[in-house]
Amino acid sequence: MATAALPQERKNYLNAEHGLRSWLLTTDHKRIAVLYMISITVFFFVGALYALLIRLELLTPAGDLMQADSYNRVFTAHGVVMVFFFLIPVVPAVLGNFLVPIMVGAKDLAFPRINLLSWYLYMIGGLLVIHVVLTGGIDTGWTFYPPFSTQFSNSRVIEAGLAAFIAGFSSIFTGLNFIVTIHRMRAPGLTWTRLPLFIWAQYATSVIMILGTPVVAITLVLVILERALHLGIFDPKLGGDPLLFQHLFWFYSHPAVYIMILPSMGVISELISAFSRKRIFGYKFVALSSIAIAVIGFLVWAHHMFVAGMSVYAALIFSFLTFFVGVPSAIKVFNWTATMYKGSITFETPMLYAFGFLGLFTIGGLTGLFLATLGVDVHVTDTYFVVAHFHYVMVGGVVMGYLGGIHFWWPKITGRMYPEFWGKVAALVGFIGFNLTFFPQFILGYLGMPRRYYQYPPEFQVLNILSTAGATILGVGYLMPLVYLLWSLRYGEVASDNPWNAAGLEWKTTSPPPTFNFDETPVVDFEVYNYEDLKEIPVER
Amino acid sequence: MSDSPAATATHGLELRHHFATEGQQRDSATLGMWLFLVTEIMFFGGMFCAYLLYRTRHFNEFAAGSRSLDTWLGGVNTAVLLVSSWTMAMAVRSAQLGKRKLLCLFLVLTMIFGATFLGVKAVEYHAKFVEHHVPGPYFDFKQEVKAGETPLPINLHTMQMFFSVYFAMTGMHALHMVIGLGLMTYLLIKSARGAYSPKYYTPVEMAGLYWHFVDIVWIYLFPLLYLIDVHK
Amino acid sequence: MGSIPIWPQQASNFAPGTDALYLFLVVVSLVMTVLIYTAIIVLASKYRRKPGVHPVQIEGSHVLEITWSVLPMFFFFAFFAWGAWIYFKERTPPQHANEIYVVAKQWMWKIQHPEGVREINELHVPLGANVKLIMTSQDVIHSFFIPAFRIKQDVLPGRYTIMWFRATEPGTYHLFCAEYCGTLHSGMIGSIIVQHPAEYQTWLNGGSSNAPLAQTGEKLFAELGCVSCHRADATGRGPILNGVFGKQVALEDGRTVLADENYIRESILDPGAKVVVGYKPVMPTFQGLITEEQLSALVAYVKTLSPSRPGQPAVAPGTSAPRGKNE
Repeated sequence: MATAALPQERKNYLNAEHGLRSWLLTTDHKRIAVLYMISITVFFFVGALYALLIRLELLTPAGDLMQADSYNRVFTAHGVVMVFFFLIPVVPAVLGNFLVPIMVGAKDLAFPRINLLSWYLYMIGGLLVIHVVLTGGIDTGWTFYPPFSTQFSNSRVIEAGLAAFIAGFSSIFTGLNFIVTIHRMRAPGLTWTRLPLFIWAQYATSVIMILGTPVVAITLVLVILERALHLGIFDPKLGGDPLLFQHLFWFYSHPAVYIMILPSMGVISELISAFSRKRIFGYKFVALSSIAIAVIGFLVWAHHMFVAGMSVYAALIFSFLTFFVGVPSAIKVFNWTATMYKGSITFETPMLYAFGFLGLFTIGGLTGLFLATLGVDVHVTDTYFVVAHFHYVMVGGVVMGYLGGIHFWWPKITGRMYPEFWGKVAALVGFIGFNLTFFPQFILGYLGMPRRYYQYPPEFQVLNILSTAGATILGVGYLMPLVYLLWSLRYGEVASDNPWNAAGLEWKTTSPPPTFNFDETPVVDFEVYNYEDLKEIPVER
Repeated sequence: MSDSPAATATHGLELRHHFATEGQQRDSATLGMWLFLVTEIMFFGGMFCAYLLYRTRHFNEFAAGSRSLDTWLGGVNTAVLLVSSWTMAMAVRSAQLGKRKLLCLFLVLTMIFGATFLGVKAVEYHAKFVEHHVPGPYFDFKQEVKAGETPLPINLHTMQMFFSVYFAMTGMHALHMVIGLGLMTYLLIKSARGAYSPKYYTPVEMAGLYWHFVDIVWIYLFPLLYLIDVHK
Repeated sequence: MGSIPIWPQQASNFAPGTDALYLFLVVVSLVMTVLIYTAIIVLASKYRRKPGVHPVQIEGSHVLEITWSVLPMFFFFAFFAWGAWIYFKERTPPQHANEIYVVAKQWMWKIQHPEGVREINELHVPLGANVKLIMTSQDVIHSFFIPAFRIKQDVLPGRYTIMWFRATEPGTYHLFCAEYCGTLHSGMIGSIIVQHPAEYQTWLNGGSSNAPLAQTGEKLFAELGCVSCHRADATGRGPILNGVFGKQVALEDGRTVLADENYIRESILDPGAKVVVGYKPVMPTFQGLITEEQLSALVAYVKTLSPSRPGQPAVAPGTSAPRGKNE
């Protein structure tokens, strides 16, 4: 555990300039990625704190830890922070920002200053949300349904709506930047079919970001206008329709979940490929599946509204279409599994997270089918079944993918290795904690325990206790990486340029990379995942 | 910026360090701007959805509300914006040809027309305020019925919906005009200082795209709001 | 706590079908999960790194891709079709049903039986009879959820939504509000009490001295002046309401709409929205002048004016409900 210093002569993006100004006014996509990493981590733990409060309250059937109003503000804060300030930006803004230019062989994103603006918008939105939380909070749920949010809630709806609105623009600018970069700034020889699947995933995600986010933006604006100026767009007494809000809201918020999962799926492609030392099986199918998910994802939003009062025919159509969106996800899972066939597999921490993803996303995705099925959805919608489903895909999917990616690219980002033993332990602890937290919730949901309840009938208590126990274990599984990753910054083993002997342009440059990523613009005359050209990994890294 | 001094010397605004060629930079800017305009279409699209739904459900109220708007002023504004789009296109052309004075002139003209639009809008909004057509606790609506016509059966509560949609849509459009004027101001200052040349006038072109977009939104808003069930 | 409950009771006509479909989904999901997990474990162990053994680069297999895309789709269609069938039945109330009006408000459920009995947070229903709930909210969106019946329906302000069921098991079951509605959302709970028909009758008779709902509606119809324009013959300024409920109505603007509960309600609150062909739009609006309970009563009354439509409970004969027009 001796302190190792980076070689003095090696200039990289971290030591190129010093001082707070050089970070806060940077246009280097890698520094911006690090800024995002720090701020998103903070918001993650804020959201997690709220989750802890929720689970603590739910240990007992009575509402005894806090008052009803407080609980409503707590679960809303958990949702708003986790959805808008963690899940949506995390993989694109941290891993995407860092890797997209490098993976396409460019010196930076197309619009570096807009990239920085994107981070500032995120921070402004984030600070607004913290302000909301500290000055009374908001109690509408992250879904802001009117008429409650527009006419009945006695909380900081306008400010929270504004915070989400601003964060939305952060998202739009990131997506815009990625699309232009991927289209216009690929290195010579880098054709579309030579792009890493992470790039395909980011591309599909970016399309959703720019097409979907503006719709939730205007929806939030209309809620704000109704609250502030009495423009009763959703008020039934004025001829308005609360269902219009739901349609507009879910038109974004459903594709939003694909903004969350697609980049994480992109990470999984990179991890499985690297740790099986194989090209992903069915590369073209996986690439096109990302696009298919983005497209079909825009056609299914009203599966959140089967009992909302929509027409029966609308429900039938949306149920039918929702089944289609499951197909490309299934294709990916099968292709990832098939990649391992005749591979040469090792089980370092990133690969453990990839396995965790496969296991948990499978369950999460399958339970999505339950919700797509009309007859079953009528019973389980608005219950803990839905809560379990989306946590399986969001936490079991997005967070596992993110953590796997962070570990995999940690040497590239920081120049240090994380401690492998603790990495494995944390991955296992997280996996176990996660299942204990959320599997009982499927049962609770079918039993009929509704969402957003802080008191419940006593027969639901045992399952709730199991869930809370799991949550504490899961929390440990998240605190551990926080600790040892920070530790590794100073004490971790110094990393070589390609500690995993992995394929990919990012591994052809130094760890950490220089400010302009490559000393010379690479010329890509090789296929992606060209493991047949790479030597076997040596025993020591 | 993390540019080294040597890099800044060879790479000015025309070719920033992360682009390989000026063509790549220009193409990227254009693609980026078009993508941004797509987001604006989706943004306004939400309000167009609300319009579509409520006009279908409450046609009488929408027709009555539409008739209460000043079609003449709306028409004038439409013409004003169309001309301003022409002056903006001329500004881009002037920049392309390196004619700095003309560029500044056309930018100023565009701003004058833009401000005219906003002025007329202010007059219209004032009229709505005076007539109590602003939604809220003081809302009131008396249908104006021409001689020989039967009044449309309208519900006073639902009547507010037309005006909510009207103010939301035209207000959002006006906000975009104000932003546009801000962009023009910035461009004017930079143009006066000679920042743009045939080699590099991308910001002017991009602002032009934005301005044309805001114009097109109005071209949709005008008939949809002002011309519902126009008297024959 | 003793045992951990895993499965809710089945107490409605929808419960067995929903449970069967759910079990089908569970079994298929379990099989898929086991298959995938097994594949991962087997492959990961069989192809773990061994010195001297190189990975084989395989591009893919079109056959596999098509197989594992198309095969799941068969299951998906099965899930969809079965689910849609159940849903369609749930959303299509039967012709003959006890019609009970529900008004939701923060944070309680107000129930109005047609016989006049009212309940708060409790709903007594007879075993084995179709019950149709006609629901609206006074304020925000709520949702009427009975886990033991496997059904829920959002309850909206400004319109009626309908839910129906047939209780198949006597007992007391949870009623939950399932759409977040503010401070006491988790307190907006109650009970559904399913009783044998005779017991239910006894309970009804022992209820309050309120007049039957339709009778209250008839009184209101006179008090509010409706009767002056809506006469039973063609002399009124307004359309004849006898026989209108459940029929298609032609409107001035050329549309044709079904005269259901929402139509009646809208006609009272926003009469200009759907003017009947041949009539002038002279009816005043009653928005703000009438409560939800009064609206329910009026709707119930108008329904009794259609003799082919039974607006009365399908319970054992010998009830104290007034006969005559209400048959």
